Amino acid sequence: MNPELGLFALILATCLAILQSVAPLFGSYSGRLPWMAAGKWLAAGQFVFVLLSFICLVVAFLTDDFTVSYVANNSNSLLPDIYKLTATWAGHEGSLLLWILTLAGWGMMVSVRCDKLPPELSARVLSVLGMVSVGFLLFILVTSNPFARILPFPPQDGADLNPLLQDVGMIFHPPVLYMGYVGFAVVFAFAIAALLGGQLDSAWARWVRPWTTAAWCFLTLGISLGSWWAYYELGWGGWWFWDPVENASLMPWLAGTALMHSLAVTEKRGLFKSWTLLLAIATFSLSLFGTFLVRSGVLTSVHAFASDPERGMFILAYLMVVVGASLALFAVRAPQMGSRITFSLLSRETLLLVNNILLAVSCATVLLGTMFPLLVDALDLGMISVGPPYFNALFVPQVLLLGLALGIGILLNWKSGSFSKLLHQVRWIALVSALGGVAFALFYAERFIVSEALAMAVVLWLVLTAGRDILDKTRNARQKMSFMASLQKLPASYLGMHLAHLGLALTIIGAAMTSGYSLQRDLRMSPGDTAWLGQYQFRFDGVTQMQGPNYVTNIGIITILDDQQQPIAVLQPEKRVYSVRGMPMTEAGIDPGLTRDLYVALGEPLGDDSWAVRLHVKPYVRLIWLGSIFMALGGLLAVCDKRYRIRLKKNKTNLKPGIALGGQV
Amino acid sequence: MKRWKLFLPLAFFLILCVLLYKGLFLENKTELPSALLNNPLPTFQLTTLGNPEQTVTREDVTGEVFLLNVWGSWCPTCRAEHPYLLGLQEQGVRIIGLNYKDDRTEAQQWLRHGGDPYQFNIFDPQGKLGLDLGVYGSPETFLVDKAGVIRYKHVGVVDNRVWQETLKPRYDALQKEAAP
Repeated sequence: MNPELGLFALILATCLAILQSVAPLFGSYSGRLPWMAAGKWLAAGQFVFVLLSFICLVVAFLTDDFTVSYVANNSNSLLPDIYKLTATWAGHEGSLLLWILTLAGWGMMVSVRCDKLPPELSARVLSVLGMVSVGFLLFILVTSNPFARILPFPPQDGADLNPLLQDVGMIFHPPVLYMGYVGFAVVFAFAIAALLGGQLDSAWARWVRPWTTAAWCFLTLGISLGSWWAYYELGWGGWWFWDPVENASLMPWLAGTALMHSLAVTEKRGLFKSWTLLLAIATFSLSLFGTFLVRSGVLTSVHAFASDPERGMFILAYLMVVVGASLALFAVRAPQMGSRITFSLLSRETLLLVNNILLAVSCATVLLGTMFPLLVDALDLGMISVGPPYFNALFVPQVLLLGLALGIGILLNWKSGSFSKLLHQVRWIALVSALGGVAFALFYAERFIVSEALAMAVVLWLVLTAGRDILDKTRNARQKMSFMASLQKLPASYLGMHLAHLGLALTIIGAAMTSGYSLQRDLRMSPGDTAWLGQYQFRFDGVTQMQGPNYVTNIGIITILDDQQQPIAVLQPEKRVYSVRGMPMTEAGIDPGLTRDLYVALGEPLGDDSWAVRLHVKPYVRLIWLGSIFMALGGLLAVCDKRYRIRLKKNKTNLKPGIALGGQV
Repeated sequence: MKRWKLFLPLAFFLILCVLLYKGLFLENKTELPSALLNNPLPTFQLTTLGNPEQTVTREDVTGEVFLLNVWGSWCPTCRAEHPYLLGLQEQGVRIIGLNYKDDRTEAQQWLRHGGDPYQFNIFDPQGKLGLDLGVYGSPETFLVDKAGVIRYKHVGVVDNRVWQETLKPRYDALQKEAAP
């Protein structure tokens, strides 16, 4: 009964979504307020029914209802309860439902917060969100029903969850990532509404900025959670593989980052309007495109769900309608968005334009690299594979250039900057950064690596210019109060900006140090064997076998000693075999540290109690993820800026502070 | 801005869609392009992965039914497939590797670390044989019969389902065919 209830709720949600996409839009053109206001209730209703449907699926998993084919394929009675919960979004159907739930959730939040908007605008925004929803709801109902039953002969037990996914990363990574992906639907809807209404002013940009930044924060966290998960779960010691699906999440991130910066210009200066709209459409389109890549099976990837051309056709048709219509609307309406404001060549506007161009180019680079094998194949030009060398050669220099532009951009004024002032501000910083980078690469390791010197110079440049800017901004206040007190006087969004840029610097350090100075050895080790790697000694103390809840595991014990023979850590890498699928899995043993990770993976048994063992020392690898946490925190701080809240106070009676993000947006 | 320029994003997107549409049907790439199906394995002269001195040619591999598995240490999907191949090897399935566009040291390291399911590996750093075979991307697995004729090709990961449903029936049938 429960699965049927879930399906029924999903059908009801679809009906509400259809109404939501039609009624408010109709009302906005015919000037009928009740029709416009209906969008709010329809969005809330849609969310409630999708949530109900999702709960039904969760219940089916928790109660081991193997008559439901999706449950039977992704769960097992032996699976620990927490993984039964996460198995809900482990396959195509359930993750699609999670996607829809997230979309409905964002729609609900918009409906709660939209009272202060002009009624036409909020009606159109909700309508567009409804249309996006309808597409996905039809997709799940027509091609991917998660509640389909296997009757009359259900299997005795389920096929189990893919062991790769039986991990704490599975709890957070998909929901957070989806919050990011889908969150860009909000700014997309705002962009379409602005194009429909033919009006885009700085108030519009001010509405949109917190939504965009919030979605961006989630996407940042989601991507870095995925990277961290791959790092410790796949056991290869890498943190980014340029896998098509990773690229699919990176592209909207790059476009979204460009969008955030372009929106700043639109709000402050009323410029870049068409560009902002185009980026808003592009960002969400790239999210949809990522969905297509993952679910159609066009490209092979570790993430790919079972491929199915029928599903691929549906999403492609959907992409054509949504993105095609948006871009056509953009082409027709954008000329009305022109602005006649000018700015000089040396100004913050110019540098933000450079930022946008660099981000757009890097996004295109990733798109090209991801699509190239398909392109060459479709044109019958032969077979080409694009690997990490392509991406590293093109992407890394773009990031470094971006860092350079960033340092200048934050020091310059809006509208028109002074070259002599800039020169005065940066001459020492430039010198110190360049020398610092070279000195670092000279003294850190025996071999001089040019790219490391460049990366460190850019990091110094980023940090020093930011410091300079903060000192300049607090100069007057510091005469009256302490530095910390004067910092608190600065707007939250300004501090958030610097925090996020500092995060970028940290991530660059982590990536540069890890790729340049990691150490690695592959060894055959017998109990008692020791091996040196850098300044660490690894001692192999043998392997013991244990029984887990749904797997058998060989646990290796490796003691790490420093050069004084003092133990630093005991690592326990595992080699598991999951009983139901007979699938072996590697669990790396990691001793994490801010300055280095010691990372050990257990390979195959080689007879006589000896095992293949892979040892890594990864300097500063944690900074990659710490940096992204800083970026997300910076974004959060910006979202919390008073500027967005002052306007909310007027409408306090309508606020429901309990609604998740709502309290801060 | 010139108005026609505003249509560029739309035009670009439509081209992308055509590509994706073609991609959807290329996806039935588990089916081999008819040109190579039932044709003999291309001739080649390459070294083995284990020994740069040892050359290997078409004649060294043919004679028995085998799986030719195209892989590279740079390819995450191949690593995902790897454990299953180890299992197949234990069942006595003859697998010959084609180490495709890879670095010799890294490939050897990976096999030492992750286990070696291959009878031996053909080392193809420039992707010459891969090109002759029409490799789309790794991993791919070709099924070659006793006469050295390619009888089937699978693109993507070989897992239990693929093996049980498509490869194993064909592999078993070819085993029963008489040698030429």
